[in-house]
Amino acid sequence: MKLNERSVAHYATCDSPPDKTGFLFKKGERNTAYHRRWFVLKSNMLFYFEERDGREPIGVIVLEGCTVELCESAEEFAFAVKFDCAKARVYKMAADSQAAMESWVKALSRASFDYMRLVVKELERQLEEIQEAAGGGCAGAGVAGLQGRPKLARRNYVSRSRSGASSSSSSSSSLSSSCALPMSIPSSAQKSIQDEVHRENGVGWSKPPVALANGFVEGGSSCVAWDGCADSGNSIGICDGARAPPVPPRRRGASLESPVSPGTVCFSKLHDWYGREVEDLRTQWLQSQ
Amino acid sequence: MRFNEKELVSLSRQPSEMAAELGMRGPKKGDVVKKRLVKLVVNFLFYFRTDEEEPIGALLLEQCRVEREDSQSFSITFLDEAERKYLFECDSEEQCGEWMDSIIKASYEFMRKNLIFYRTEIHRLTGKDPLEQYGISDETRFQVSNGLQLAPSATSSL
Repeated sequence: MKLNERSVAHYATCDSPPDKTGFLFKKGERNTAYHRRWFVLKSNMLFYFEERDGREPIGVIVLEGCTVELCESAEEFAFAVKFDCAKARVYKMAADSQAAMESWVKALSRASFDYMRLVVKELERQLEEIQEAAGGGCAGAGVAGLQGRPKLARRNYVSRSRSGASSSSSSSSSLSSSCALPMSIPSSAQKSIQDEVHRENGVGWSKPPVALANGFVEGGSSCVAWDGCADSGNSIGICDGARAPPVPPRRRGASLESPVSPGTVCFSKLHDWYGREVEDLRTQWLQSQ
Repeated sequence: MRFNEKELVSLSRQPSEMAAELGMRGPKKGDVVKKRLVKLVVNFLFYFRTDEEEPIGALLLEQCRVEREDSQSFSITFLDEAERKYLFECDSEEQCGEWMDSIIKASYEFMRKNLIFYRTEIHRLTGKDPLEQYGISDETRFQVSNGLQLAPSATSSL
């Protein structure tokens, strides 16, 4: 399979800030000795270089969907990055200290795009609540105002942004993802935001339009698309059709395959789940002493 | 540069937010438009020959520019190779706009900037850092200094 390798390698060394860097030992595939490499974690990509100032990475591990575990090894402070697909390679690594190992395990298990997306959604939801409480609207202040609001047809927002998108054809249209600050949004979305700033926290544009291509249903209750909703009775806000923005269809594959994204809708619980791996590792390590 | 191909192929099979048959033309001179199933999964754009299970290729959507080429087509250019354009032809103006929008928002960098924006805004409105309760306030990637340019007073406690 082809990959835009040159650009991916460029991403490793460009000036966007890395999420974590440091030396780790990595077990080779054919040559099974551990080699010391300089690692750079950026988004869901773990690059490794021969040396710290290497101009080009030797390789990259795409971390999406991985799990990070302690592994049985003669090496101290060893952990493994595993994937849940057929014949997946297990990447064995070792750090220099317990603290470094824990820090890397934590960083790697939270490196996925999905995790980032969850955090962003959660903050978006919080901001929306705060703005609604502050903005109030005509129904009165605070809580009463919130309850009094009719269930918003979130559909309206999505379809508006769609028709908005088509009107952007006439405007200048060079959009760069590398400097796409929240404020520099396409003019079509800006119009929707002007209209909706008091009702719908115009930052809804941060989510991609929900597509029907894969048979996922958009709009209506956001629970339709969000896996855990049916099971979980105690979701916080996310399943509340009145307030939550339509969530992009939950990737069923992700929730079934990956132990790090269980079918729970409550963000705090999900976040604790990510933290649990680190705790488990610590417990295991202590027990093995 | 080595990469974990099997895992990337497996990723391409995940349900995606955006998938459609589009005309696609590669960046090399002499490349022509071909019908491809294009699928957006996290920050990767996979492209398949119609009805094939394994993708022909993947594009990591970081550090790229998305531009409208005409009413129904857009291009993706990577910042390190500005002359090389990947062209995509859609069926309608609307579809074109949707794809451009989705691709721009598919980058991790874009999400990170949003997150920093929300964090700062919530802090400004409530005086509290929303990331604290999750124990992730100190993560490098969420630091305000790595995102927007803000007035010193707004960031003093972040």
